[in-house]
Amino acid sequence: MRADLEIIQQWVKPGHHVLDLGCGDGTLLNFLQQERNASGFGLEINQEHITTCMNRGVSVIEQNLDTQGLDNFEDNSFDVVLMTQALQAVRRPDKVLDEMLRLGGEGIVTFPNFAHWRLRWGLALSGYMPESKSLPYKWYNTPNIRLCTFKDFEALCRQKNIRIKSRRVVDGQHQNSWLARFWPNLLGEIAIYRITRENSNDQ
Amino acid sequence: MPDSLPVDSVGVVTPQTYHFETPIELACGQALERYDLVVETYGELNGDRSNAVLICHALSGHHHAAGYHSMEDRKPGWWDTCIGPGKPVDTNRFFVVCLNNLGGCHGSTGPNSINPATGKLYGPDFPVITVGDWVKSQALLADRMGIECWAAVVGGSLGGMQALQWSLDYPDRLNHSVAVASSPRLTAQNIAFNEVARQAITTDREFHDGRYYDFDTVPRRGLMLARMVGHITYLSDASMGEKFGRELRDQAYKFGYGAEFQVESYLRYQGERFSESFDANTYLLMTRTLDYFDPAYECGGDLSKALAKARCEFLVLSFSTDWRFTPARSEEMVNAMIATRRKVSYAEIDAPWGHDAFLIPTPRYTAIFAAYMDRVAREVGA
Repeated sequence: MRADLEIIQQWVKPGHHVLDLGCGDGTLLNFLQQERNASGFGLEINQEHITTCMNRGVSVIEQNLDTQGLDNFEDNSFDVVLMTQALQAVRRPDKVLDEMLRLGGEGIVTFPNFAHWRLRWGLALSGYMPESKSLPYKWYNTPNIRLCTFKDFEALCRQKNIRIKSRRVVDGQHQNSWLARFWPNLLGEIAIYRITRENSNDQ
Repeated sequence: MPDSLPVDSVGVVTPQTYHFETPIELACGQALERYDLVVETYGELNGDRSNAVLICHALSGHHHAAGYHSMEDRKPGWWDTCIGPGKPVDTNRFFVVCLNNLGGCHGSTGPNSINPATGKLYGPDFPVITVGDWVKSQALLADRMGIECWAAVVGGSLGGMQALQWSLDYPDRLNHSVAVASSPRLTAQNIAFNEVARQAITTDREFHDGRYYDFDTVPRRGLMLARMVGHITYLSDASMGEKFGRELRDQAYKFGYGAEFQVESYLRYQGERFSESFDANTYLLMTRTLDYFDPAYECGGDLSKALAKARCEFLVLSFSTDWRFTPARSEEMVNAMIATRRKVSYAEIDAPWGHDAFLIPTPRYTAIFAAYMDRVAREVGA
């Protein structure tokens, strides 16, 4: 089992109603439906992914976060709002975070760490924008227009009064990495954050 | 019809007539003492009777959805592109049922049927039928066929409205509801176009208050105009532009008012053909059925409240250039389903053909429809 799925699964309670922003081919939602009896929807814009979701029984809505927003969803209509590996691809990640916590009591966010040592090293040494397994694009065609580091994300959360309930760091293959625990912003490739509103007393 | 049948065709099919002798109460307060439904089926009903799919037709549709009636037929059924062996509604896996709805003019009881009370044709005395009435009659047909639960109820446009109504009226009798290019209610603009069509028919001198059969005539011009205006709303500006542009039938302007542009002659041809094959009273009835459809009405206009009754899963599809039932109308349905936590999937398909796109097999439309129906089939072991 992919380590990130395993970790996210632990944060979703049985029967939870979840919204997955950028649900891809529905792997995560399908997994949560099977393992956690979760219900909910995925939002996606990739046509092949949408078709795959429909075929595997994941409820998927074609909706573009950048151009259509999330106005069609009501406040507090989900237990958990997920966003895996998509925050860095939206135009305004700060606004999406606000929306996530408007729609759900809790958010789970994963994104690639742009301060990982290999990316730092690559940029320092070659002078070219770095590429990696998590970020296999050129600067001009990358969908990842809002890359950030773990520190950047945590600073934004502080600024927005968003409480980080948990953070787990994994490597590019979504495996738990003991090294990354010591120096996550340098050694961690992907972080999984569990966030909520500062004033939320939900456990 | 080509010399040999295409391999992905259901082949030559024969409609059947089901007679119903028990009265059916209608939303208008009247009842039909007895009535007929004309039905076509494709594929085989499986042992546990779980693989049946109901196809609901749109405004001018009928029971002949796929295949050919004879080797001489020029064209196959109206949704042959999507129904057949290996097609999205795969007749190797599903038992497909399509009927001509009550009030229709293709064999099921309607205005051009004999009224048993008078021994004459119903004409304007035929009651106005609602989508709910259709669904009720379809459920009675399902009873007769021994189908307890549809694997899916599927329809485009007015057909999609029936698929939606099914989910509300018989929540336990369908697993999936598929509404393509549909709408939860007509807009003022939609009703306005219907009214123009009705006015065209009822002001035709040959209409005779709907009793034109008695005068051995039909309001051909009115029906033709009704179809012409309807047809414009089924296409998009771009698709008409592409098909006809400003092309003239002859080289130069004639400085008159004949059909000089290709688009004029096309519309006239379509209108004339339609007026020869369709009953004017049925056209009035079907447009009124459309106008009245509004399942949210009973819940104070709140569609999500109405949908709280639904148990099935939904697939909703819209087309980018459809201005008759715009993507926004489909999204209204989807948002109501989301609000009430129904399982729903939605996609807006890019297609240039306006409302008619639901009848035209574009790669993405076919792929999505096939992928979804594949799962519907797997769930019932078909």
